[in-house]
Amino acid sequence: MTTLQRKDVNPIAHLTPEDIEQIGIELDAIRDEIIESRGENDARYIRRVISVQRRLELGSRAVLLFSLFPPAWLVGTAGLSIAKILENMEIGHNIMHGQWDWMRDPKIHSTKWEWDNASPSEQWKHSHNELHHTYTNVVGRDNDLGYGIMRVDEDQPWTPAYLGQPLYNFINACFFEYGIAAYDLELGRNLKTKKRRRAPEFRAALKKTRNKIGRQVLKDYVIHPALSGPSFLHTIAANAVANLVRNLWTHSVIMCGHFPNGVETFERTSIEGETRGEWYVRQMLGSANISGSKLMHIMTGNLSHQIEHHLFPDLPSNRYAEIAPKVRALFEKYQLNYVTGPLPKQVASAWAKVFRLALPNRGPASVRPPRKQLDPSLPKVARWQRAEAKPANS
Amino acid sequence: MAVTKTLRSGAWRVVELITTPLVPADYLDAVAPLRNPSVLRAKVEAVRPETADSVTLTLRPGRGWREHVPGQYVRLGVDVDGVRLWRSYSVTSAPGGRGDRFTVTVNAVPGGKVSTHLVRHARAGMIVHLDVPAGEFTLPATRPGKVLFVTAGSGITPVMGMLRSHLDELADVVVVHSARTPEAAVFGPELRALVGAGRIRLVERHTATQGRIKAADLDELVPDRAERATWACGPNELLDDIEAHWAQTGGGLLHTERFRPTVVAADAAGGNVTFTRAGRTVPAGGGEPLLEAGEAAGVLMPSGCRMGICFKCVLPLREGAVRDLRDGQLTVAEPGDNIPIQTCINAAAGDCRIDL
Repeated sequence: MTTLQRKDVNPIAHLTPEDIEQIGIELDAIRDEIIESRGENDARYIRRVISVQRRLELGSRAVLLFSLFPPAWLVGTAGLSIAKILENMEIGHNIMHGQWDWMRDPKIHSTKWEWDNASPSEQWKHSHNELHHTYTNVVGRDNDLGYGIMRVDEDQPWTPAYLGQPLYNFINACFFEYGIAAYDLELGRNLKTKKRRRAPEFRAALKKTRNKIGRQVLKDYVIHPALSGPSFLHTIAANAVANLVRNLWTHSVIMCGHFPNGVETFERTSIEGETRGEWYVRQMLGSANISGSKLMHIMTGNLSHQIEHHLFPDLPSNRYAEIAPKVRALFEKYQLNYVTGPLPKQVASAWAKVFRLALPNRGPASVRPPRKQLDPSLPKVARWQRAEAKPANS
Repeated sequence: MAVTKTLRSGAWRVVELITTPLVPADYLDAVAPLRNPSVLRAKVEAVRPETADSVTLTLRPGRGWREHVPGQYVRLGVDVDGVRLWRSYSVTSAPGGRGDRFTVTVNAVPGGKVSTHLVRHARAGMIVHLDVPAGEFTLPATRPGKVLFVTAGSGITPVMGMLRSHLDELADVVVVHSARTPEAAVFGPELRALVGAGRIRLVERHTATQGRIKAADLDELVPDRAERATWACGPNELLDDIEAHWAQTGGGLLHTERFRPTVVAADAAGGNVTFTRAGRTVPAGGGEPLLEAGEAAGVLMPSGCRMGICFKCVLPLREGAVRDLRDGQLTVAEPGDNIPIQTCINAAAGDCRIDL
């Protein structure tokens, strides 16, 4: 993809500023509807998912105490993989987004939750909630565009190091939780200079991550194997496989969120003075869904509704399916491209891009408009500010 | 000794590693919610209707409970429509119940989310959250000779706790109780039985026919009221009236208990925001995010996206009212509530205190 601002055919050229604000108003109305009807059923849903996940994890770990026997190994490993996926996706990711803060239950709250992952939740919330969700798909601002190790946009400059990116991506997929931890620490940037390496904030964050990884590793590769006695090695293998399965699955789902064909990226300057409506439109164009069954949605933590999630990151995940048709209708009304497809197709599309952009851009460079300069006279706006709804006949 | 202690804490550390990043109690909660020492909960064991719109709940508290002193209240955390709301209720039973069981009596307040929910939906087996008992509305260790209780509506509840526990130690008790009708008087039959047994003098006032009671009426109803130590509990207007009257005319010791110590009034114009730990109070407009009001005053505020999506700016609202600038939703916190709010999209809707 090429940033939207440099495309030959701009996919939002047909929208007037009023259209864009109107889209914001209509999306806010969808949001209000869910907030208004949020209640006991939703609370019951998340508590049930948490309870199922904990039972599944305990049960699987209990079965793995006898992992010496192949059927036990198989059942336990499968159960633990599913439990870890549920914990990271439908539970951890969504709770840390504040989707369940409205329940005022300190046990299920964004400020208190810690997840079964190498990265401490506090650091994840900073790089994911704050940076990725605010600056979604803005080249140079959103590090999720290639995670700092890959080139996933034509406008990211090519260097020979990117020739190896299919390999980096595969390795990252296998060790995804550690990739995320390194990413949240901004290791690439922070290890570069002595000054950054010694910065007390970085050292404190590094220590937190080290401690977290230490506990996680002890749990999966020492304590639980030791508890299983003669099955020690089999349990180590089972836990390693469960972590690997979880890593590969989450990596694939997350690649489908922003890398497949049809997803737009944006220039750094394009978000100066961005209004609420413009922010919404950027989220609409910058995300892609995965189509599938209810089970698929739960196993992806409803990130299969990536578009809806990016529009409303703090709405309870169980409600995305319900608003998806309304959101899609809005795309059609304003002739925007709602990117969606089955998992294999989207994964293939994302991987194809990783391969394609490992090489420099092909073909003659198209004539590009010059980069827009920052306009200091732009009025100060905040993205929480809603546009005033206009009377229907205006 | 030291060795077993080390062994035990070492063993516990291993158990904690089994469940990391959760704590063992998180798993225990699924099967034994009352066993968690860090989260105090209670199980509703029985629900008994008192009047048409009030019920008495028998609660069995879990680990971490501390027995109440008669007259004290407990804060109950109840999930209403999925949202945990906290309200205070006086303990109406005497201490020493079997297995620490105690009772509270809930009166459905018109428009009251929690009281209405409990009166209509409380069932045996339900789990509620709670705090340890608190409150100064209690009898002194040296019991006074002559006592006057003035109560209105559910104001009878803390007094009932005292009567059930201490009546044997009190020689001369007058209860002036005000309710809408004889049938609506919570504990009416029990109070009348105490009269029949010659234990108390009861003055019942029925507001539906006789109008609301005034402090000045008490001089007539209880001629020796100046010689009595008085405990009064009821609506704020009545208590204000009694306090003013006592201050004017003199009288014995007066203790009052207010169920709603502060009435939080939402004010669209904003209010004064106090950052409790920073020790700063700043005026904040009704259309200005609390985050910006704090920053403008030089308070070091946590912040992130500034548009309400990242939840990095969340701080506990100790007391007061705030309004969501996006959809106008009001959040009101009473002392003890500590409701986490996003400061980047909430504005002051009246005076508030923020824990920072």
